[in-house]
Amino acid sequence: MELDSKCPSGPIETRWDRGRFALKLVNPANKRKHTIIVVGTGLAGGSAAATLAELGYNIKSFCFQDSPRRAHSIAAQGGINAAKNYHNDGDSIYRLFYDTVKGGDFRSRESNVYRLAQISVNIIDQCVAQGVPFAREYSGYLDNRSFGGAQVSRTFYARGQTGQQLLLGAYQALEWQIGEGRVAMYPRSEMLDLIVIDGRARGIVTRDLITGKVESHIADAVVLATGGYGNVYYLSTNAKGSNATAIWRAYKRGALFANPCFTQIHPTCIPVSGEYQSKLTLMSESLRNDGRVWVPLKKGDQRPPNQVPEPERDYFLERRYPSFGNLVPRDVASRNAKLVCDEGRGVGATGLAVYLDFRDAIERLGRETITDRYGNLFEMYERIAGEDPYQTPMRIFPAIHYTMGGLWVDYNLMTTIPGLYAIGEANFSDHGANRLGASALMQGLADGYFVLPNTINDYIASAKLEKAGASHPAVREAEQQVAARTKRLLDIQGTRSVDSYHRELGKLMWDYCGMSRTAAGLKHALAMIPELREQFWRDLRVVGAGEELNQSLEKAGRVADFFELAELICIDALERNESCGGHFREEYQTADGEAARDDANYSYAAAWEFRGVDAHPELHKEPLDFEYVHPAQRSYK
Amino acid sequence: MRIVLHIWRQRNSSDKGRMVRYEVPTVSEHMSFLEMLDVLNEDLIARNEDPVAFDSDCREGICGMCGCMVNGVAHGPLPGTTLCQLHMRHFKDGDELYLEPWRARAFPVIKDLIVDRTAFDRLIAAGGFISVSTGSAPDGNAILIPKHDADRAMDAAACIGCGACVAMCPNASASLFMGAKIAHLGTLPQGQPERASRVLAMVAQAKEETFGSCANIGECEAVCPKGIKLDVIGRMNRDFIRASWGRSGA
Repeated sequence: MELDSKCPSGPIETRWDRGRFALKLVNPANKRKHTIIVVGTGLAGGSAAATLAELGYNIKSFCFQDSPRRAHSIAAQGGINAAKNYHNDGDSIYRLFYDTVKGGDFRSRESNVYRLAQISVNIIDQCVAQGVPFAREYSGYLDNRSFGGAQVSRTFYARGQTGQQLLLGAYQALEWQIGEGRVAMYPRSEMLDLIVIDGRARGIVTRDLITGKVESHIADAVVLATGGYGNVYYLSTNAKGSNATAIWRAYKRGALFANPCFTQIHPTCIPVSGEYQSKLTLMSESLRNDGRVWVPLKKGDQRPPNQVPEPERDYFLERRYPSFGNLVPRDVASRNAKLVCDEGRGVGATGLAVYLDFRDAIERLGRETITDRYGNLFEMYERIAGEDPYQTPMRIFPAIHYTMGGLWVDYNLMTTIPGLYAIGEANFSDHGANRLGASALMQGLADGYFVLPNTINDYIASAKLEKAGASHPAVREAEQQVAARTKRLLDIQGTRSVDSYHRELGKLMWDYCGMSRTAAGLKHALAMIPELREQFWRDLRVVGAGEELNQSLEKAGRVADFFELAELICIDALERNESCGGHFREEYQTADGEAARDDANYSYAAAWEFRGVDAHPELHKEPLDFEYVHPAQRSYK
Repeated sequence: MRIVLHIWRQRNSSDKGRMVRYEVPTVSEHMSFLEMLDVLNEDLIARNEDPVAFDSDCREGICGMCGCMVNGVAHGPLPGTTLCQLHMRHFKDGDELYLEPWRARAFPVIKDLIVDRTAFDRLIAAGGFISVSTGSAPDGNAILIPKHDADRAMDAAACIGCGACVAMCPNASASLFMGAKIAHLGTLPQGQPERASRVLAMVAQAKEETFGSCANIGECEAVCPKGIKLDVIGRMNRDFIRASWGRSGA
């Protein structure tokens, strides 16, 4: 299979303009004759569904939550990047592009990233017009803050709830269109298969989570905006319901899955407290603007943090990376935290934590300013950890947070199945091997508001689709597969719960395919996962029936897919014999312990093709060219 | 510690439902309330009994999906906290807790502790937005907003749509929820053109959805996990009266 990224060539500044101009348009009067399915209602899906409806398309929008307003974008705290240069501090579209390509450790597509940086500017304007209450200065102008991996202030924010406010903006735009009758909304519906007719994506099979009814929906194109797959690790900062089922079923129907091993570990999360732990809570990266990360110099120092005198503290990020200090990118910060904990200098009951200390910032700026900036985050921390971060430093530890990998898409965001699009975290294209903070919101909204609504017309205008109905054999076949799978899960009647398997799988992945990886560890995981999967299908217990609300059944279907995806992640991690971004292979590091990339052999996106559950997937490579930002070892020193 | 739970069990919307007593003998003080329910459910599955259905998603107090009545109080005893953020350190050994779904005609029970809150979505669809199409926005700094106004708008916009306000109100009024949206958009210059039509449409929709009227009791404010203040309701009422006069005068 030849992977054609369809990136326009020529000067990068005008690629998006020229690319768009070359695409076909659909006459406004004809748009209402076309139906588009959008699965997921986060920043990408919500904004896409609303915008496509405004353009005149018939939209069917699906989410598994009870309302489109709940999608997990809502939990993003810190902010959204945009190259406005409102602060006259040297920012520009080119610099945001440069930072993002470098931050992604030279494993993303230059054309896509440049477009993202260009569009970033429009996103802020759009959100302000919708009434998103971004933080303002006393003059009434928009305020900014800094984020990891950048030396300029380009992050727009709404207290510690930026994701919530941006999502509510998209949600309100979507509800407006629902009220106008242009979007049919299907909450509490889960996509369980993709319908492919004559090689094109033509619809989806869903399960109504209240009644258990399996239904088919036919359309002219299908957009997956279903987020990332961090929950394969069980403990992550993702919402409990976040899952990979939609993209995984698309993969099994022929869409290629790119760079699955590029997973992001967020450095500042509240540490695990016990076996019952159901998820991990993120503390925004923005805290690293004012908080200082440290551990005691001595191993096994049990003194309370406030009794450790200054000379006996090791501010390890400031020490190792003097120019970026506490604001190094996420992968670097996480790995260094792991390093000091491995040395036995971790803090807290488990020794798996480092301090994030606001003492100096409170002294310098006053408690009021700190409350203004991070008040809700401090409250959240106190609620969970039972300690007051104004008095005692926070204890933090890295946790799985985001997945850069996802369905392979071309420049127009179309997967390898014609008519199937993937946007937001569900695709792989913009963040390379590591995403910078405040860039996920930017990408979700760029894809949904501005990219997809421009590119999808080209497909709709040229596809010339045959009419297809519910009786089409491909529809029947997909429905039967869904029903058979549900029945199979219910019929096992074994002894162990879904959560017990999920937890075990997650631990395996965290231990062998987490913050650092080795060939031996990955081979071990690849031997263990099929065994555990086999046991799952033999000894799972799902109580209840299929024709009712059954949360265990929902989880079982998702975990079954996580088992298969976990294998693909490990296969990809084993195949990539280099360290880059979030993918750190212990065999490949520089003398001072930094990631050692191998550009000569691995400067490509690894796109995997499904060949069967027990067969090895086939690797296709999309070579990455860097015409503008020349690959160098990332240095934040 | 040991916690005794009395939980509302109802198979589906047509089932009558009843309270059932359970015991969770091994609760750690560091567990969240929902993690305690997870532990109960694991135990029920082990005994081949139907686990308790309850909604939750982000488990960090922002998605608004979780919530139930705990001893008659929406989201439980800790002020300013969603159920997922409530930790068991606030309870003591031997406590008996009664868990019920949100109580409101507009929020019918789907199963156990899960209710249907789509009425909230229809309130927003009626008018809780600024109708700006993608692409037509001027530069973000072309609209200056005094910090004080931006902060007040943000205070109201912090609503997570969980429904605790409705569940706690003796009238099952959605006034705090609507008032929050009306105050958020109505405080900002961008929200002015539709300020009158918004409040009229949302109030009319609330009646349609069988939400009750506000009688200034204030239970909503007391249980709101995001600290939305009662004055948003005053603001909504003012906007409503002004909009109604404006309309009859026109």
